[in-house]
Amino acid sequence: MSATTPSVFKRILPQLIILAVVLALNVIVFPGFLNIEVHNGRIFGNLIDVLNRGAPVALLCIGMTLVIATRGIDLSVGAVMAIAGATAASLVSDGHHWTTSLLGALLVGSLCGLWNGFLVAVLRIQPIVATLVLMVAGRGIAQLITEGTILTFIDPGLIRLGAGTIIGIPTPILIWIALGAGAILAVRRTALGMLIEAIGINEASSRLAGINSRVLLICVYAMTGLCAALAGVIVAADIKGADANNAGLWLELDAILAVVIGGNSLLGGRFSILASLLGALIIQSVNSLILLSGMPPEFNLIIKSVLILCILVIQSPKVGHLIYMLRASSLHVPPPEPPSRRVLTPKEDAQ
Amino acid sequence: MPDDIRPLLHASGISKFFPGAVALDEVELTLLPGEVHALLGENGAGKSTLIKCLTGAYRRDGGTITLNGAEIDPASTNESQALGIGTVYQEVNLLPNLTVAENLFLGRQITRGGLLRRRAMIRAAREVLLDYGLDIDPAEPLTSYSVAVQQVVAIARAVEMSGKVLILDEPTASLDRDEVQLVFSVIRKLRDRGLAVVFITHFLDQVFEISDRATVLRNGRVVGERDLGQVTPNDIVTLMLGRQLEERVHERKGGRAGEVLVEVEALGKRGMIEPFDLTIHEGEVVGLAGLLGSGRTETANLLFGAVQGDQGRLRKRGQEIRITRPRDAITQRFALCPEDRKTDGIVGDLSVRDNIILALQARQGWTRPLPRARVNEIAEHYVRALDIRLASLDMPIRLLSGGNQQKALLARWLATQPELLILDEPTRGIDVGAHAEIIALIERLREEGMALLVASSELEELVAYSTRVIVLRDRRQVGELTGDQITPSNIVAAIAAEAPKEVTA
Repeated sequence: MSATTPSVFKRILPQLIILAVVLALNVIVFPGFLNIEVHNGRIFGNLIDVLNRGAPVALLCIGMTLVIATRGIDLSVGAVMAIAGATAASLVSDGHHWTTSLLGALLVGSLCGLWNGFLVAVLRIQPIVATLVLMVAGRGIAQLITEGTILTFIDPGLIRLGAGTIIGIPTPILIWIALGAGAILAVRRTALGMLIEAIGINEASSRLAGINSRVLLICVYAMTGLCAALAGVIVAADIKGADANNAGLWLELDAILAVVIGGNSLLGGRFSILASLLGALIIQSVNSLILLSGMPPEFNLIIKSVLILCILVIQSPKVGHLIYMLRASSLHVPPPEPPSRRVLTPKEDAQ
Repeated sequence: MPDDIRPLLHASGISKFFPGAVALDEVELTLLPGEVHALLGENGAGKSTLIKCLTGAYRRDGGTITLNGAEIDPASTNESQALGIGTVYQEVNLLPNLTVAENLFLGRQITRGGLLRRRAMIRAAREVLLDYGLDIDPAEPLTSYSVAVQQVVAIARAVEMSGKVLILDEPTASLDRDEVQLVFSVIRKLRDRGLAVVFITHFLDQVFEISDRATVLRNGRVVGERDLGQVTPNDIVTLMLGRQLEERVHERKGGRAGEVLVEVEALGKRGMIEPFDLTIHEGEVVGLAGLLGSGRTETANLLFGAVQGDQGRLRKRGQEIRITRPRDAITQRFALCPEDRKTDGIVGDLSVRDNIILALQARQGWTRPLPRARVNEIAEHYVRALDIRLASLDMPIRLLSGGNQQKALLARWLATQPELLILDEPTRGIDVGAHAEIIALIERLREEGMALLVASSELEELVAYSTRVIVLRDRRQVGELTGDQITPSNIVAAIAAEAPKEVTA
């Protein structure tokens, strides 16, 4: 609620610093990293690529942040991406207009989210198990929709969502920024953010305070499904086809990682969508760094995990405490703690 | 204590410190062979800490334990079990999906050459259980039997593994009258076999029915060891609550009870609280008195919809209303400050400001956020009115002291302008200053015409603010005191009154 400008800045400062460092490393391995050029009315550049390629994870992490804030998690977003992509591709190849296909895909994604929400909020199944169901089943459903093939399409309207531009800027960038901004406004300009945080911190208290946690939880999972669907359509549009097996594969993990790098606790509670989005950009910048450094591709995954590990270690409470202690001890030496005293009064001879 | 019997277990000077608190202060406990020894005390008195120190679940910080004259120092529950101290908890801690026999022999299965001898185990289990008066099929899964039978199986397991001292931590809390008798008959048999049984319960009549002696704890100290044949329930309650009960009649000032606000008819829930009737008027404070587990909290929760009853009707100002969840109650302008502030009250990581407006905002719905200026106005108003001490409204509420947290919770509910305010232990764990302020606040709200229902274990406090006190025992309303009848000693008398003798065994 209390989102004054300085406090927001303080909240995202660690993410900004990390992002700056990773971008600086990019510049070191590839000096032209920051160059931006305009060809044929479209902007090009490595930085733009980071923003563009980061779109799916950025979209996923918007919903994932909310779900994690409620002390939940959604493992199914990758599979929902595949379902949504397949739906869009199949609708558009059946001759429907691309807007209809887009809406259809978003609807299907929201339904997937509602299903997860139902399992979690009504049946009270643990989120990690509840969403695991759709994570596994989702790719099967997507395969059914594409009938086992990679369903390609040539509709320019749909393709523009993933590969096109609007006023020279790649569409995916505009989409994730718009959705991110919309979500931030929606949770912070209404009471939604506070109520979600309340549920995540203490659901028993929240219920007793009259918060309708069930409806709220379902909405949050539906929102996550919607984000995943949008990401799925963008990915499908980018490759002009729906690949049920590989679209969004393992991206749920990247999304969770983005939320964690964003400094949001997996135990729920206070959250920042903005910080998660920065987390998504950090992940994409790391990807770009590996690519630009010219390392043999077989090192990619290992380097990525080492970098991520470094980021997480720096952010860990232990290290944070250590830094705090170092700074405090350099300022003044605290007096030694007195040995724990016995706070007993002499015992009377009772009875 | 007869001098000629050597104690089976003797613990002396047991101390245990937790950060910032003394949980046990040189506690002494003597168990004789062949006795049932009740361990009594209100919540937080140190009963479970003492048990945990005896069984090795906690390391004690001081004191010695001797068993049969030899000093012991159990470092874990396994070790104490091997030494002869077995424990059975309120919630049966067996494995429900295994059979009775498997549960009984888990960890010491009868084997031959590394293979289970299932049939021998079932035969042995049947014999063991017959000793306990249970003629059941040990090959059936544990869950196919009632909680009482499961409890007896747990006792049997503990005794077969340990066999000297048996500690029963609220074994009857979820049993009905007949089931209690089943467990009691087992306890009596064990006593006759020479075991020392420690019996922890909140049901006073059960204490007197089965126990020989009692040790009463309060605030981590032993306040008395009594031979139960020579004292009355009244003495025990006085010891437990620990007050020199003052016979001070409080003058009742200002504001007479107004119109009927809420009428409750036969509201109840099986196994939780017997159906009860209750009428609450505007401008009155109805106190709920009773020992722990007597149904105070249950009454409050049921009325607020925090727990859904399985029968009963509610009327507000003559109109029938339905309350099945807290949201319904809030719509009806009810409010509840729950007993456990930490788990059911505060939302720890949210700011004090957000905590104060939480209920109001929840009632408004998320689409209609309270304007920022209004939020600040409300929060600042209550911070001033209730004198909540804080550094900033933005600080997480968990950083406030207990008393200030409680005041912030009161602010949360007052902000919803309730007609009925239910307070469950409003002064538990808060400092003296805040204590007095909350009592003054209750008085003020009553004078303003609000209806209040206050459950408390602090008798003097109840006496100070209640215009009517309802006394509960064993999940049932057993008395009502009004006007000058409201004195601590009258409340104690009503709590301790012998339960009507019933032949149920």
